[in-house]
Amino acid sequence: MAEVLVWPALFAYGEAALAYAGNAARPGVAGRLATWGVRLGWLVQTALLVAQAARADGFPWDAWAGSLNLFVWLVVAVYLIWGCRTRFRLLGLAVMPLAAILLFTAWAGGGTGVGTRSHYSNVFLILHVGFVLAAFAGFTLAAGLAGLYLWQERRLKRRQAGGLLGRAPSLASLESLAGRTVAFALPALTAGIVAGFVRLGSHGGGVDALMAVTLLTWVVYGAFLVLRYELGWRGRRAAWLLVAGFALVIVARLGLPLTHFA
Amino acid sequence: MTLSLVGISHHVAPVELRERVALDVSASGALAQKLAGEGEAVCLSTCNRTEIYLAGADESLAVEALGEIAGEELGSVLYRLSDEAAALHLFRVAAGLDSMVPGEGEILGQVRAAYEAGSPGQVLDRLFRQALHSGRKVRNETAIGESPASVSSAAAALAEQVFGDLTGRRVLVLGGGKIGTLSARSLTSRGAVVETIESRTVPAERVRAELADADVVVSSTSTAGFVLRKADVEQALIGRRGRPLFLIDIAVPRDLDPAIHELDGCYLYDIDDLEAIVAETLAGRRREATRAEAIVAEEADRFHSWHASLDVVPAIASLRARAEAIRASELERVRGRLGGLSENDRRTVESITAQIVNKLLHLPTVRMKEAAAGADGAVYADAVRHLFGLEDER
Repeated sequence: MAEVLVWPALFAYGEAALAYAGNAARPGVAGRLATWGVRLGWLVQTALLVAQAARADGFPWDAWAGSLNLFVWLVVAVYLIWGCRTRFRLLGLAVMPLAAILLFTAWAGGGTGVGTRSHYSNVFLILHVGFVLAAFAGFTLAAGLAGLYLWQERRLKRRQAGGLLGRAPSLASLESLAGRTVAFALPALTAGIVAGFVRLGSHGGGVDALMAVTLLTWVVYGAFLVLRYELGWRGRRAAWLLVAGFALVIVARLGLPLTHFA
Repeated sequence: MTLSLVGISHHVAPVELRERVALDVSASGALAQKLAGEGEAVCLSTCNRTEIYLAGADESLAVEALGEIAGEELGSVLYRLSDEAAALHLFRVAAGLDSMVPGEGEILGQVRAAYEAGSPGQVLDRLFRQALHSGRKVRNETAIGESPASVSSAAAALAEQVFGDLTGRRVLVLGGGKIGTLSARSLTSRGAVVETIESRTVPAERVRAELADADVVVSSTSTAGFVLRKADVEQALIGRRGRPLFLIDIAVPRDLDPAIHELDGCYLYDIDDLEAIVAETLAGRRREATRAEAIVAEEADRFHSWHASLDVVPAIASLRARAEAIRASELERVRGRLGGLSENDRRTVESITAQIVNKLLHLPTVRMKEAAAGADGAVYADAVRHLFGLEDER
């Protein structure tokens, strides 16, 4: 029954994606419709998650599709913190279609239903899956900001800035926001990895491909923070590093975890 | 009450004439007080226009006053508008649609200042408040005022696109050209700190030294050859820890080596680039102006309906007062025969008679208000006064 909620959430995210496209062509009412689409969609998805949690016997998002559902919710939540500001609406053009597609994929993979009981403890799953997914959501948004930075920087370099003025965030704010997002997300990833290793230590087991990619992701984003804040890496180089880190997030999130909790 | 407007503007009068009738806010206020007499007056004076809005005041006195201030008969350059046309004109002015640069934002503040300094009454108060509201609505619902409309504001907007808030950002101005100075002023008004090197031959050593701290460089010298070369900027970038540098070259021949733009984190715009941005944004403003005109026309219609209703409101009020007087006197007349009624019954009788009067007058009231929005309002009002003998109550 809870699964029914996935459709209004999908509809709202889809509406937001379309409205963001309309807003890019002609700013105004479409932008406000997009913002409401994001808000309503997120609220409905929250209700879906609450219903799943209430009906499940344990943590319902440990399987691949379920964790995708939770991941989408976290991405939209992080986006909602500042993404609804007028100048950041261009970012919604990248985030909301992705959210709609991933939520649909989660539904198709059975990640919006009740789920099966996991043999992992709830506390471990919340700490490990919750923190890792929250970090990945932050990295996704940071990559979106970096993408917007690269696109905008390219337009400034090509002297095609007319359409940007007053409508897009400044390069400085994109850069600073991306840096701060990573600065919050990396400790979350660290906590998630530590939780995983603690369990590995007590219950035994080997390092699989997903763990290796996640560790590599941690190294890339750790390097980003050191280079950004200690060595003054800014601009295009820093933005490309965030995009490279996001490529690892995609591999970890979509490519490998099918058997991680099997 | 007739609404009228007399004035001159950049559409019809040259600057030599406009500057003679340009008044500051206090002088505009004083003139409005003088012209209002028994009626209402507001004088709006900006660098593009001097206009006097009147309601129930003598228009010829305003024409005379403007002639006196100009020191000559204004004759053909003076325009006169009345009622609906005058209101629509003010709404277009407040929205920036009558300005040289469509959508310029300063006019809204000037309209507000004129309104506050003037002598408005019922009509002009409503007119100016609604004009200010429609001006704000146009800015909120269209993108007419979003983009820069001059080279100097384009330079400042580009700097904001790179740095965001310009408060505390260091601007290095080389030379003392007019557009360079205007650009520096535009940046200062956004909170930037300006350092100027204002000599004909700018010392290269000093410029290189200042580059380490500068965020924006505005160059408009008359030096032959480049003041800054790519190698100079490349050198300065080493100590900047990735901070971007925005350079504006307004000089012709150019002061800054175009190859600087190739450096990572450096953005160099020359006068042609800035003018291209202004042309693009002005085209955008003109497109938005079409949407703004629709908003303004709608607001002007609302004002017109309200203004027209003023013709019939006194007649409606008189009619209702007459009906109420008849109802009250008839009840008074039969009070003795109703003595046996309880307090509740008496209240019921009061209520029923009031309802009968209201129901009888409802349709005529609605029809008169509808007619007022068209051209027949005054005719209907006169007919009602005649039919119900209300002439004495005008």
